[in-house]
Amino acid sequence: MYPAKFHYLAPESLDEALSILAERGDEVKILAGGQSLIPMMKLRFARPSTLMDINRLPDLSSIEVSNGHVRVQALARHADVVRSEVIESENALMASAAPWVADPIVRNLGTVCGSVAHHDPEGDWASVMLALDAEVVARSKEGQAHFHPGADGERSTGGERVVPISQFLIDMFATSLHPTEMVTEIRVPRYKRGGGSYHKLERKIGDYATVGVAAHLELGDDDRISKAGLALTSVAPSNLKVGAAEDVLVGEPPSEELFSEAARMASEACDPASDVRGSAEYKRHVVDVFTQRALAESLEIAQGGRS
Amino acid sequence: MNIKVTVNGTEHSSDVEPRLLLVDFLRSTLKLTGTHVGCDTTSCGVCTVLVDGTPVKSCTYFAVQANDRSITTVEGLKQNGQLAPIQEAFKEHHGLQCGFCTPAMMLVGSALIEENPNPSEDDVRWAISGNLCRCTGYMNIVKSIQAAAEMTNQGASS
Repeated sequence: MYPAKFHYLAPESLDEALSILAERGDEVKILAGGQSLIPMMKLRFARPSTLMDINRLPDLSSIEVSNGHVRVQALARHADVVRSEVIESENALMASAAPWVADPIVRNLGTVCGSVAHHDPEGDWASVMLALDAEVVARSKEGQAHFHPGADGERSTGGERVVPISQFLIDMFATSLHPTEMVTEIRVPRYKRGGGSYHKLERKIGDYATVGVAAHLELGDDDRISKAGLALTSVAPSNLKVGAAEDVLVGEPPSEELFSEAARMASEACDPASDVRGSAEYKRHVVDVFTQRALAESLEIAQGGRS
Repeated sequence: MNIKVTVNGTEHSSDVEPRLLLVDFLRSTLKLTGTHVGCDTTSCGVCTVLVDGTPVKSCTYFAVQANDRSITTVEGLKQNGQLAPIQEAFKEHHGLQCGFCTPAMMLVGSALIEENPNPSEDDVRWAISGNLCRCTGYMNIVKSIQAAAEMTNQGASS
């Protein structure tokens, strides 16, 4: 299997990359890890006329804490997240999910930002980011041009547009990223007392999830749940944030009964398809069980003081 | 596009189409056929090579991406005509049956040992979880990689 012909560009600075996008963004696909894009190009599901390789851009690989956020830059690989001490100490859900993404070799190249920007509806990171209320940072040469005043939660400063993940993900393989923009980082809010857990059922390592559940809990000074995040992978046409279950959790003291209720809501909210990975009924049941487990584990981490 | 790629210590300059996959650059252009093609869909891992020391599936990587980078294939493991510890260990512990996955297993094993000089059985199984052995000979592959780690450590301490 061979991709259709394309022009290859490998800019060496972010300015150069953004200029290319400003000039001909419509015909460009951005190559970061390429672990989803290249297979699609080989199947000719994707036929970009120009491929812009951003792997030579400097200073775009870090995972760090600043201004109340954990920032994952565009060239941070899944393997970097697995090994990151920042993630280990700052974000339990991301730390839990990273080793479940693809396989160890794919993780050496694939990126978190690329995975979210690609938005395969069965990708793991989109669920994680939905549960964490992450923000996607998009850069473009013209900066403010795509800022829509009044758009929900969206803001723009300098050459950056910051988009809440729920506004960024539109539909399978579709995001609100403009052709002239590039995702430069994903930001996740820091928390004081919190925990999270990703539970993934897969037939074999490297396969898509049969079912994936991303859970995140934060506790207030009164020991009640102050913030809750819950999102599902591979059990709906696209990654599914279960807002109703999050609402039920927030403000309550954590308990097994409460988690069961949230899990029941998650299993009702999802819309799995029967396929080679299992029947819809089976997947719905796994969503129920995994949601309870993921919430219980999130709570344990939050109570243990592990942030 | 002209690319300069160092493969097993030798620099190669070559004009390639951007869509040429690294695995075909190695096998067809450079005639280094030790790197195998299995599934061609990023699943089986038999095409794994090291790019700047990191295991990468060369069926899902364009040759142009390797410009100015350093590639190690199975042909580059041998040092001064001597088998590398990982090769000795695979030979000694019957780490192969049909041999199809072996080049990749040895490269992934050597990258693991570089990062973790004393890998546990779990560490090894984890590291090779992106590589399929169609003979299902995993027991001896794991044994071989652990033995290679021991040999490497002994070599380093003596």
